[in-house]
Amino acid sequence: MKFLCLSADGLNQRRLLPLDGGFLRLGAAAGIFLSTVFDAFAFTGICGRGMHAMPEQFIIRLKNLTKSFEDTKVLKGIDLDIRDKEFVTFLGPSGCGKTTTLRIIGGFTEPDAGDVFFEGKRINDLPPYKRQVNTVFQRYALFPHLNVFENVAFGLRLTKTPEDQINKRVAEMLSLVNLKNFQKRRIEQLSGGQQQRIAIARALVNHPKVLLLDEPLGALDLKLRKEMQAELKAIQQRMGITFIYVTHDQEEALTMSDTIVVMRDGEIQQIGTPQDVYNEPKNAFVADFIGESNIVDAVMPEDKAVSFHGKTLPCVDVGFAPGEAVDMVIRPEDLKVVPLEEGQFTGKVQMVIFKGVHYEMRVLDDTGFLWTIHSTICEDAGKEIGMRVAPFDIHIMKKMKKRRKKPTDKVSGRSKKEAEG
Amino acid sequence: MRKAVAAPYLVWMAVFIVVPLGLIVLFAFTDSSGAFTLEHISQVGKYAGVIWRSILLAAISTVICLVLAYPLAFIISRKPENKQRTFLMLVMLPMWMNFLLRTYAWMTLLENTGLINRLLGLFGLGPFQMINTQGAVVLGMVYNYIPYMILPLYSVMVKIEPHIIEAAQDLGADSLNVLWKVLIPLSKTGIVTGITMVFVPAASTFIISKMLGGGTNLMVGDLIEMQFLGNAYNPNLGSAISLLLMVLILVCMFVMKSIDTEEEMEGMLL
Repeated sequence: MKFLCLSADGLNQRRLLPLDGGFLRLGAAAGIFLSTVFDAFAFTGICGRGMHAMPEQFIIRLKNLTKSFEDTKVLKGIDLDIRDKEFVTFLGPSGCGKTTTLRIIGGFTEPDAGDVFFEGKRINDLPPYKRQVNTVFQRYALFPHLNVFENVAFGLRLTKTPEDQINKRVAEMLSLVNLKNFQKRRIEQLSGGQQQRIAIARALVNHPKVLLLDEPLGALDLKLRKEMQAELKAIQQRMGITFIYVTHDQEEALTMSDTIVVMRDGEIQQIGTPQDVYNEPKNAFVADFIGESNIVDAVMPEDKAVSFHGKTLPCVDVGFAPGEAVDMVIRPEDLKVVPLEEGQFTGKVQMVIFKGVHYEMRVLDDTGFLWTIHSTICEDAGKEIGMRVAPFDIHIMKKMKKRRKKPTDKVSGRSKKEAEG
Repeated sequence: MRKAVAAPYLVWMAVFIVVPLGLIVLFAFTDSSGAFTLEHISQVGKYAGVIWRSILLAAISTVICLVLAYPLAFIISRKPENKQRTFLMLVMLPMWMNFLLRTYAWMTLLENTGLINRLLGLFGLGPFQMINTQGAVVLGMVYNYIPYMILPLYSVMVKIEPHIIEAAQDLGADSLNVLWKVLIPLSKTGIVTGITMVFVPAASTFIISKMLGGGTNLMVGDLIEMQFLGNAYNPNLGSAISLLLMVLILVCMFVMKSIDTEEEMEGMLL
């Protein structure tokens, strides 16, 4: 449902917001005009490198962070600016460096090179206990020897807060997470969801300026997770502080974030709003990781046309070399099922899966490519069908660079298109 | 069925624990002819100095063991698993060698003409009187019993998740606060077990004090040994001293335990 919705307003988005990170790397020529336009859309909060913004707007800035564990390069130059009061999500598969980046901000891991700035001050050498940042750990990490009240009060006791203040603030935090009457409980008497809430209350009691959350919902069941997602978002808005959230769950990221930072192999792939990364993925990896995608090897014979499997379809992308090999990405919900003779291309339905809101169909075309289609129309397995796709639903991307190589310039086809268009 | 399985243990315990204990009590309160007497119990008072010294030296050794073992156990528990095994092996390695042999080795090291003094002699230092001192006894006890402190401490610390320590740091705790507010409370059971396992054998040791302490640093273990195997042969007195030692150790353990639970109560009240 979500995907269908997003896709629907994705059309609007594309017209309203023809801007993404790649746009920022434009030369100075378009600079003045575009920077005014950019300011209007600057609510995304995070900007790519090379952005000239007023530094005081950013609560955290990461400059060219690198980190290796033994022989593995975990971070290969992370540049990131995080705006105050924003919900930022680091999204990526395991091993992409998202947790390491979070731990560097928290002070638990030292970067090999690069700088961490907090409100404009370099904090590389500041130990965790001196940072105005608190963390919700993956498996909660509550103190098993203390009860609920003492767990939440831990940070306050360290600062020698007066007892009446402690009582007041702990009660405040416990009611924020809806666990008012749990003060005297022991930790092992709590369920996973309750422990999670205590961990959040404990981290927020010190009034941090930034809350770091390391896959905090990973251990909860689906229903509880959905509830907590909504609650976390509500807490973030009520407290008015910056949340930095790490997850590998793309749906979680889309649901809660103001800004998503998509990471892979220690590099940032894309920074943008949930709409940006879903509707305007910068490369095939992002397209594949966020939502589902049909990714097809294709070539651009000329501007606004793409050839694959011996057919040429109109598209809206320009700026590729004639005959350049590209990745063509089509979202499953953008493929329309039509009668055989009306199809731009055809295939045979292999399998139909009912997904509740829509049917998922696997369709094999004559070149042996298996297409995934999401549709409210159900066609029986074995039937030959036609498929159509609107030109603006075809996303053309530069071929992914070989892994391991450091991409110096990641201007994608679409960015060029938008820059010129 | 369950009773049948337990039977051998019950028999074992009865024959080798309850009966000997009963015999000790019996001997302590009777004379050589078997008549009831309080003579031996009252005689124990004469040896108060020896008993006090035993308790004191054992306590000092226990504290040193704890101070040395605590950081070591923590460091080992934070290593990757394969390194943990290597370190534990190194801790236990000396225990594979005979206890007497190890203590003899210390004798040859500490003697006035021993290795250490000879080495110091090369630099024009010494010789120092090291053997036959209380210090040598404490050294011997620390050396022999420290694995019994390290192992229980390690086994509780290895269960403390690194995230818990990080959470404390995250909430503003410096190293000292992490130690007092998180590590020590979470490793309390290991501390209590370690203290028990070092203090009890240390308080009743006789070989170490005999070999490293010379004749002048007699400990209660030596005293008891002399009553059973030595020239002073008097099993009744030996039993009386044993009984008293046992009571003293039980009292010490009880005090420890009550401190332990008190802290817990405090923790719950706070």
